[in-house]
Amino acid sequence: METPFSSAQPGTAPPPAVPLPNEPPSIVARNVNVWYGDKHAIKNVSIDIYRRQVTAFIGPSGCGKSTFLRVLNRMNDIIEGCRVTGKITLDGDDIYDPRLDVVQLRARVGMVFQKPNPFPKSIYDNVAYGPRIHGLTRSKKELDEIVEKSLRRAALWDEVKDRLDEPGTALSGGQQQRLCIARAIAVSPDVILMDEPCSALDPIATAKIEELMDELRQDYTIIIVTHSMQQAARVSQRTAFFHLGDLVEVGSTEQIFTRPQDRRTQDYITGRFG
Amino acid sequence: MSLTLFFVLLGLTVASFWVGRQHAVSLRNGGARLHSLPSYHGTYVALVCGLPAALLLLAWISAEGWMIRQFVIAGLPDEFKQLPDGELALLMTDVRNMAYGAVPLDTSRPHIVSAVEHYNRLRGLSKVLSWLVILAVAIAGFVLARRMIAPEFRARNAVERILNVVLIISSSLAVLTTIGIVLSLVFEALRFFARVPVTEFLFGLTWSPQTAIRAEQVGASGAFGAVPLIVGTLVISVIAMLVAVPVGLMAAVYMSEFMPGRIRAVVKPILEILAGIPTVVYGFFAALTVAPLVQSIGMSLGLNVASQSALAAGVVMGIMIIPFVSSLSDDVINAVPQSLREGSYGLGATQAETIRLVLLPAALPGIVASVILAFSRALGETMIVVMAAGLAANLTINPLESVTTVTVHIAMLLVGDQEFDSAKTLSAFALGLLLFVVTLGLNIIAQRVVKKYREQYE
Repeated sequence: METPFSSAQPGTAPPPAVPLPNEPPSIVARNVNVWYGDKHAIKNVSIDIYRRQVTAFIGPSGCGKSTFLRVLNRMNDIIEGCRVTGKITLDGDDIYDPRLDVVQLRARVGMVFQKPNPFPKSIYDNVAYGPRIHGLTRSKKELDEIVEKSLRRAALWDEVKDRLDEPGTALSGGQQQRLCIARAIAVSPDVILMDEPCSALDPIATAKIEELMDELRQDYTIIIVTHSMQQAARVSQRTAFFHLGDLVEVGSTEQIFTRPQDRRTQDYITGRFG
Repeated sequence: MSLTLFFVLLGLTVASFWVGRQHAVSLRNGGARLHSLPSYHGTYVALVCGLPAALLLLAWISAEGWMIRQFVIAGLPDEFKQLPDGELALLMTDVRNMAYGAVPLDTSRPHIVSAVEHYNRLRGLSKVLSWLVILAVAIAGFVLARRMIAPEFRARNAVERILNVVLIISSSLAVLTTIGIVLSLVFEALRFFARVPVTEFLFGLTWSPQTAIRAEQVGASGAFGAVPLIVGTLVISVIAMLVAVPVGLMAAVYMSEFMPGRIRAVVKPILEILAGIPTVVYGFFAALTVAPLVQSIGMSLGLNVASQSALAAGVVMGIMIIPFVSSLSDDVINAVPQSLREGSYGLGATQAETIRLVLLPAALPGIVASVILAFSRALGETMIVVMAAGLAANLTINPLESVTTVTVHIAMLLVGDQEFDSAKTLSAFALGLLLFVVTLGLNIIAQRVVKKYREQYE
C-alpha cells in the first residue's frame, strides 16, 4: 500500500447549500482517489464531515460509498492491491501519514459492519475486547464499568445484563448488531463508521438501531452507508450522493432529498435508477 | 475361463443397452410419447440382462472350489475320508495342484490319480454348466426387459430403484467389513484372554511373548504385560506431538495469515507431500541420520544415549505428522469468517492480537481435531519405530533409551511362520484390539469436537 501525496493539491469542498455548523469539520478529505489494482474506485473525492451529526453516504451498488467509508479508518490496508492518494485529516492529523499508527487511528475511528460479526466469545468479552487490547483499564472494576456503560449506550444492557457470560453469537441479529456497536463504543472513538448496519436486520431491529444512532450522535461523529434512501432521510443530517466513484453531491439531508442540484441525484432519489 | 465368460457377459450387457435404446428411439420416432428417455430404457435392459448374471458369476466363482472339493472328498475311498482334518487338507492340496498341472502327477498313489481325474471332470462340468446357466440368465433377463419397453413403461423409475439397491449394497459393504474386522479382533483376543488373564495383559510390567515349545527350554517365560509397550507408544507419540503441534500450528498461522496467496498455493501442496512420503523412507532418515545425531549430541553433553532412541523416532515421527496439523489447522483458520478479522482490525487490534485473541480461539475446535487426528496417526505408526527406536520392550519414560510400541510388536509377532494357537501369536490380536479401542476413542473425541466447531458461527 503506497500513499503518494505529491499529486494532492489543495482542493475545495463543494459549496454548502445550507449553513454548516459553526465548528471546524472533524474529517476533511481532499482529492481522494482509490484504486483496486487497475480499477479506479474513488475519483477525486473531497468532502467535510462534521461532529455531532449523522452523515449518510448513498448511491447505487458499486458506486464506491463503502470503499470511501473504509478509507476513513484504513480498513483498505488489509486488501491486497489497494492504493489510496489524496489527503484525509481527522481533527487535523493526516491519517495516511506514515508516522501515524493505524492501530491508534482505528481506536479513534470505530466501525460497525454490514453483517453483525460478534466474536465467538461471551457478551462481556466481546465488549471488553477493545479496552483490553488498548490497555484502557487498570482494574477489573473499571472494565466492568466500561462494559456496562457501553452496553447501556448501545441500548442492550437491559436485555443481556443477566447473561453476560453467554456467547455473543447466541443473540438475535439485531442484538448482535447492537453488541457490535457497544464493542465499538467501548474504546471511546471519536467517529463511528457504519457500513449498511441494518441491511441484515428486520424492520423492528432496524428501528432500534436507527433510534440508537440518533442518540449516539450527541457524542460521536457518525457516518453511515446505506442502500435505503428512507433510512438516510430518517437518520442523517447530511447526505452525500456517490455515483460511479464520483461524489456527485453533498448537502443537508433535507436539501438533497427536496432540492437536489444534480440531475443524477434527482434521478436516484426519485427511483429512476439504482 | 471365467474371464472369457465375464467379457462375453460384458459384451452382452453393452449390446442389450443399444438394443433397448434403439427400440425406445424407434418407438419415439413412430410418434409415441415416451415416459422415460431412451437411454433409461437402454440402461434398464442392460441392468436386467447383466446384473443378475454378473452376481451369479461371482457366486459361482466363489463357491466352485468348495463344491468341487466336497464332491472329490465324497468320491475318495473310505479310509481317506476318515483322515484328520489337517492331513485331509494336505491331500486335497496335492490333488488340486496336480489337477491344475502345477505338480507332476504322482502315479504311485492310485487314489490320488483317480481323485485328480474326478477333480478335472468336475471342473470341466462346472465350466460348461456355468456358461450355460449364466448365459441363460443373461438372455432371459434381456428378453424379459426388452419386452417391457413401451411408451408408458417407467424405465427411469425402475433404473433408479435398481441403482438405489446397488448404492445400499456398496455402502453396507464398507460397514460390514469394519464390523467383520472388529469381530475377528474381538474373538481372537478372547481366545488370548482365555490363556492370559486380562489383568496381567493390561497391568503386567514385562513383555516377553516367547512361550516354550518343549518343557525343558530355557528363557521361554512367556510374560504378556503390555504396559512397557503402551508406555513406549505414549513416549514416542508424545515426543512426536511436541514436535508436530508447535511447528505445525505456527506453519498454519503463517500460511493462512501472512503468506501471499500465490506463494501459499505452491507451498501448501508441497507441505502436504510430506504426508505422502512412505514411512519407510522416514525410517531411513530416522535410523541413519537422526538417531546417530541424537546420540552424538547426547554424548557430547555427557549423557548416555542408546543408538536407537525414542527421541530419534519421536522427532522424525513428529516431522512426518506436521502436515496433518498444519494443513488442517490452516484450513480451519482460513475458514474463520473474514468479518471476524475485520471486526478485530476495526477495533484497532494488531495482526498478532487478532490471531491470538480471535482467530485461534475461533479455530480452536478444528485445531484440536487436527491434533487428535495427528495423534492417532502417531499411535498407529510402525515403520519409523522399528527402524529408529528398536525392538526392546523396556519399561522406561527416558526418551534417550530404546523403547518399542504396540504396532511394532504386532508386526513382530506375526512375521514369519506362525501357528495360530499359541498365546504368542494370539497376543497380537489383543494388542490390535487395545490399539483399536484407543484410536476409536480418540476419533470419537475428534468428531465431537468437530461437531461443536460446526455450530460455532451460526
